[in-house]
Amino acid sequence: MRHTKMISLAALVASSGLVLSACGSSAGGGPSSDGGKISDDKVVLGLLNDQSGVYKDLSGPNSKVAIQMAIDDYKAKYGDKAVAKKIEIVMADHQNKPDIANSKAQEMYDRDKADIILDVPTSSAGLAVATQAKAKKKVYINIGAGTTALTGAQCNKYTFHWAYDTAMLAAGTAGGIVEGGGKNWSIVYPDYAFGQDMNKSFTAAVEKADGKVQQSIATPFPNDNFATFITKAESSKPDVMGIMAAGGDLVNFVKQFNQAGLQGKTQLAVGLMFITDIHSLGVDQFQGTQFTDAWYWNFDDQNRKWADRFQEKTQTRPSFAHAGNYSAALNYLEAIQAAGTDDADAVVKELEGKKINDVFLRNGEVRAADHNVTHDVYLAEVKSKAEVKEDWDYEKIVKTIPAANAYAAPSGTCTM
Amino acid sequence: MTQFLQYTLQGLAAGGFYALAALGLAVIFGVLGVVNFSHGACYMLGAMISALLLQHFGLGFWPALVIVPVIMFVIGVLVERLLVQWLLKLDPLYNFLLTFGLTLLTVDIMKRQFGVSSLKYEVPAGLTGRVSFGSVDLSVYQMFAAAFAVLVCLAVWMILTKTRVGMIVRAATEDPERSRALGINVARWVTPVFGFGIALAGLSGVLAAPYRAINADMGTNFIIILFAIVVIGGLGSILGAVVAGFLVGLVEAYGQGYYGQLSQVLIFVLMAAVVLIRPAGLFGREEAA
Repeated sequence: MRHTKMISLAALVASSGLVLSACGSSAGGGPSSDGGKISDDKVVLGLLNDQSGVYKDLSGPNSKVAIQMAIDDYKAKYGDKAVAKKIEIVMADHQNKPDIANSKAQEMYDRDKADIILDVPTSSAGLAVATQAKAKKKVYINIGAGTTALTGAQCNKYTFHWAYDTAMLAAGTAGGIVEGGGKNWSIVYPDYAFGQDMNKSFTAAVEKADGKVQQSIATPFPNDNFATFITKAESSKPDVMGIMAAGGDLVNFVKQFNQAGLQGKTQLAVGLMFITDIHSLGVDQFQGTQFTDAWYWNFDDQNRKWADRFQEKTQTRPSFAHAGNYSAALNYLEAIQAAGTDDADAVVKELEGKKINDVFLRNGEVRAADHNVTHDVYLAEVKSKAEVKEDWDYEKIVKTIPAANAYAAPSGTCTM
Repeated sequence: MTQFLQYTLQGLAAGGFYALAALGLAVIFGVLGVVNFSHGACYMLGAMISALLLQHFGLGFWPALVIVPVIMFVIGVLVERLLVQWLLKLDPLYNFLLTFGLTLLTVDIMKRQFGVSSLKYEVPAGLTGRVSFGSVDLSVYQMFAAAFAVLVCLAVWMILTKTRVGMIVRAATEDPERSRALGINVARWVTPVFGFGIALAGLSGVLAAPYRAINADMGTNFIIILFAIVVIGGLGSILGAVVAGFLVGLVEAYGQGYYGQLSQVLIFVLMAAVVLIRPAGLFGREEAA
C-alpha cells in the first residue's frame, strides 16, 4: 500500500512537468489627476523591472542608478530654469510575471503618483503595463521587452518602445550575417511564444537578404540536453546556426555546440544576447558568436565616458538596457521642460516625431505613427580571449546597421 | 543510417549520465523509503560548489570529483539527522513535502547569494575534442561522463548486493524490527545511506558542470526527468534506474532527432505506458505494489 502510494506520488511529480500554468491579467481603470503645471508638485519616475530573476543583471536595480544620472544631468543643465524641480524615483520588482506587473503598475500610477513607468522587461509583463498606461492616460516607456506588439496591435498613445524589438534583432543579425556571406541557415528555437516569434522574424529576414533557411528546429522549453538537436541542425551543413534560446537554455546550447566541435566551424548567431550573458559564461565559450546589440559601452568615446560615470557608481559596466533607461528618462524630462508641464498628453505631443542624438540613440527618432523609437544598431561579434583588454571588453562591432534598415516600417496594425 | 547511429550514440551517452543522476534517488528510496524531492537541488548544489571551488580556490574538475561528494555527504547526514529521521515513521508524504520545502529554500538561497546568471566552467583539459567510431562521433567529455557514471553505478550495485555492509543495510531497512533483534544498529546504517544518496546527486552535478548551464534553477527541470526514470525503472531498484536511464536517454535522442519538440513528451509517454503495463516499473517489486 505504502509502496503503491509512493509510486503514484513519484509518477504525479514526474507528470507535473507536462502541466503548464497560465497567467491572466486584468486591466483596471481609474482617474488621472492633472492639476497645475506639475502634478502633485513633483515628477515621479517609476522603474518597474526584474529585481531578483533572470533579467536582474541585465537591468534590475542598476537601472535606478542610470535614471538618477538622467535626473542629475537634467538638473545640471537647467538649474533654476528647470520646470521639474522635485523629481523622485520609485522602484518595484515585477518578477517577470504579467499579473504582478499589472498590479504594480496600478500601484505606481495611483498610489505613488508616478508620471511615467520605465523599463519592464519580459514581453507579457511589458504588454500588461501598456494596458495600464492606456487606461490611466500616463506615459510608459518600455526598454527591456522585445515584443513588436507594443508598437503593433497593442500600441497606444501613451506607450513608447525605446531600445530594441524582435524584428530589429532579426534584421540586424540575419541581414548582417547573410550580407557577410552566411547564406545557409539552420535555426533552433524554443517552442513557445518568444521562440516562435524569433523564428518567424529571423526566417523572414534571412530570406529577405537572399539567404536560405534549410531547417527550423523546435525544441522543448526549458531544455537541458541539446546534443541531438545540434547534430540534426548541423546535418544540412549550414553556414550559420541560429539559436533563439535565452538564459540558462542558451548557455546549455552554447556549451554543447562547442563540445560538438562546431566552434569556429559553423558561424553561431544568437537571436537575443546581452553583454551580461557573455560576462557570466566567459568569452571563450562565446568567441566568434554574432548578435545584434542596441548599444555597446566601449563603442566610442561618448559611450565610454558615460560608462565610466556609471561604473563609478555601480562598480560594473552598463548593458544597453541601463543606457536605454538613462536615455528614456532624460528625454522624458526634456519633453516636460519643452512642454512646461508634466501633463501626459502634452509630453506625448513633445516626444512624438522628435529626432534625438544622445549617448544611447544615434540617428534616433520617436516615430509618431507607432511610437517605436528607431536608431542605429550594431552587429557585434564576441572577441577572443587574446583580444580582450579589460573587464567587459567583449565585443567588436562588425558593422553599424542604420536605423532605416534595422527597423521594420510601422506595421499598420497600430491605431492610437 | 549514419544519422540513426549518431543519435543512438548520443542517447547512450546521455543515458549513462541520467542513470547516475537517478541512482541516488533510487538508493534513498530503496533503503529509506523516502521520495527525495530535493535530489534536483542537490544535483544543482554539486555543480554550483564545483564552480565555486574553481572560482575561489582554483580547484578544477578532478579535485571537485572527490571534494564535492564528500561535502554533499556531510550535508546529507545533517539533513537526515536533523530533519528526515523524525518523519520516517509517518506517511511518506511528509518526507516528500519536507524535501520539497528544502528544495524551494535551497534554490532561493542560491539565487540570492549567487544571482541567476550561469557560473563559468570549462571542460577539463585532456577531455576536450571529439572521438570517432567509423562514421559517427562523440565529444570526449560526454563519453567520459557516461563511462564514469556507469562504473559508479556498477560499484554501488556491487556494494549493496555482494558485500556484508550491503547485506546489513538491506536487512536493516527491509525488516528493521528483526534486524534490531539480531543486534544490528539500524539507525547507524540509515543515516550514511541517505548521505550516500545525496553524495551521488552531488557527483552527477560535478559531471554536469562542464556541459550544462550552472545556475540555481538547473535542477528544477531535471528532477522531473529523474522521477520519470525511477518510475520507469521501478522505485528503489538500482538496476531499474540504470536501465531506465539509458532508455530515457535513447528516447530523448530519437525524439530530438525525429520528432523535435516532442522529445520530452515522449519520455512521459514511455512512463505512462510502463506504469499501465507494470505498475511497479520495469524492475520494481511487483508484490509490494
